[in-house]
Amino acid sequence: MAQVERKGAVSEELLREFYREMLLIRRFEEKVEERFRAGELPGFLHVAIGQEAVAVGVCRALQDDDVIASTHRAHGHTLAKGTHPNELMAELYGKVEGCSKGYGGSMHLYDVERGNLGANAVVGGGLPGIVGAALAFKFRDEPRVAVAFFGDGATNIGTFHEALNLAQLWLVPAVFVCENNGWAESTPAHQQLPIDDLSKRAEAYGMKARRVGGQDVEEVFAAASEALEHARGGDGPVLLVCDTFRLTGHYVGDPQVYRPRDELARLRETEDPIEKLSARLDLTDEDVQEIEAEVVEIVEGSVEFAKAGTDPQPEDALKNVYA
Amino acid sequence: MPELSYREAVRDALSQAMRQDDDVFILGEDIAEMGGSMGVTQGMLDEFGPERVRNTPISEMAIVGAGIGAAMQGMRPVVEVMYEDFTTLAMEQIVNQAAKHRYMSGGQLKVPLTIRTQGGAGWSPGAQHAQQLEAWFVHVPGLKVVFASTPSDVRGLLWSSIYDDNPVMFFEHRTLYGIKEDVPEELEPIPLGQARIHREGEDVTVVATGRLVHEAIAAAGEAEAEGVSVEVVDPRTLLPLDEATIVDSVKKTNRCVVAHEAVTRMGFGAEVAAIVQHQAFDYLDAPIERVGSRFVPIPFAPVMEEWVVPHSNDVLAAIRQTVGRSESSNGAGHVE
Ligand SMILES: Cc1ncc(C[n+]2csc(CCOP(=O)(O)OP(=O)(O)O)c2C)c(N)n1
Ligand SMILES: [Mg+2]
Repeated sequence: MAQVERKGAVSEELLREFYREMLLIRRFEEKVEERFRAGELPGFLHVAIGQEAVAVGVCRALQDDDVIASTHRAHGHTLAKGTHPNELMAELYGKVEGCSKGYGGSMHLYDVERGNLGANAVVGGGLPGIVGAALAFKFRDEPRVAVAFFGDGATNIGTFHEALNLAQLWLVPAVFVCENNGWAESTPAHQQLPIDDLSKRAEAYGMKARRVGGQDVEEVFAAASEALEHARGGDGPVLLVCDTFRLTGHYVGDPQVYRPRDELARLRETEDPIEKLSARLDLTDEDVQEIEAEVVEIVEGSVEFAKAGTDPQPEDALKNVYA
Repeated sequence: MPELSYREAVRDALSQAMRQDDDVFILGEDIAEMGGSMGVTQGMLDEFGPERVRNTPISEMAIVGAGIGAAMQGMRPVVEVMYEDFTTLAMEQIVNQAAKHRYMSGGQLKVPLTIRTQGGAGWSPGAQHAQQLEAWFVHVPGLKVVFASTPSDVRGLLWSSIYDDNPVMFFEHRTLYGIKEDVPEELEPIPLGQARIHREGEDVTVVATGRLVHEAIAAAGEAEAEGVSVEVVDPRTLLPLDEATIVDSVKKTNRCVVAHEAVTRMGFGAEVAAIVQHQAFDYLDAPIERVGSRFVPIPFAPVMEEWVVPHSNDVLAAIRQTVGRSESSNGAGHVE
């Protein structure tokens, strides 16, 4: 699919699928917020409300055996890479049926069968491993690409720079997807980034870079397809910067005292990627209701599945430390 | 005597130092507008401004390193590393630079840097946000290591750390920020290397750190009801260590338990056990028991996490073990 679709040539049907998937992620994460507030979900959680077009646009451009590494804000990537909502929700409830069997939690979602090498709670923690995965593909002559997701804040940590340098030096099939939402927790871009255009970071390594509007799933999909083709074709890695918006707090429950009061409401009006896509599609009210009903049922089903799941035995904690 | 929470006590020590001394400043991720991920530095931006309450990019290695550089120029920076799990990213600067500049320069330089960090399990953050790594740093000559367990301790020890001329790793425990204690009206510095005896007792000495101090105090109460008198000692500073207080206590009680949340293997308790057996060998009536987390990463699911980390019942089981009443022990997995 990724190879035949080109910018401007994304079919209406495919866009509808994107819409459905983005809505599923949105409703899933809203449910996560609700269940967290109800005290049902342990630990702490980061949702990616507002960033759905990046997860879907990139993951839909992947081929099945491409791999990803994700971040602390991982639910969208995980669903878009093919993990069933039931398994994801079960993980958030700490159940054996979860995608990490209850060992990981929201910040450590794995689904190796579906090419998800893990969400990472250490900012920048996943990038070097993606270089290595891509190196393995190159060694074995496999036409696969390894993709790292990370935030704008992560471009300030050493692993980002070391990984990009190494990836370019070795010309491995990797794509680095920066979800540039303008915030690292409470720290705005101007307090952490001395430059505006993060795609320039790639210049220092001689790496190909693209910067796209991350609220437009079609644009993300097109750019990701191109980047993946570049990497898969042996032309080296690509940095893909997607400008996006965190239409929510850093974590669920974040009072966002640091954020201008009206900013969020305004951005929710103007920068919602799902609204944007729906405006572009010829969806009738009936279509919308139908898709809505379908995803809500899936999400409700995932909560039921998770709640009916099995708690690990305490002693299970001793397993899986060594292979 | 005012009552302060542990969180307020940290803030108070930082603020007082910054009020009296322009050389003290703080830097770290999200410490300004948000007041730190644990709310410790809330309000400090308003009082001291963005130059002295410096929000940083996510660059642990560089911010610790910048702290080292400023310290070598005679300032007294306090770096906040959001979670102790992330001290791993700054390890090079801490271990090879901060700890060694004085030595390598033949005594020309000093590095009066404080690195505050926090961590610990008990709230299911998962394996990368719940570790207890304090023992790693005790292995490094040139560093000092503090682990404060109460509001008055954290206040007095932080002050001494800021004014110590050496790099200090200053550990706080995530689950302690809300606890309250009466603290002295005037901040009283607590010298580094001075233990605190929380509770006197005759039969068993429990040497505990961090959250386990509170678990040990609870266990001591229960042991008392069983007729076992327990002395609880918190070293407070792991490096330098107040060996005399610990050894004297064991010479009195003849039994010793060491307890911390970190895994027992190569843990701080192993060091205490070595010191006690060497300096009080003839006084010991029972093997020294160690209480700590099981040797696994911290799992996410609450039932597993709860089982992995030690609680007061594990300390109690260890106490019973030392007095030969281990039949009723139910937490023996934590005791080595
Ligand atoms: C090495 C490290 N330092 C600090 C943190 C705490 N932390 C978690 S998320 C985050 C902000 C990340 O910002 P960004 O990379 O832009 O991702 P976003 O949250 O915006 O998606 C920080 C500082 C961490 N998890 N890891
Ligand atoms: Mg960001």
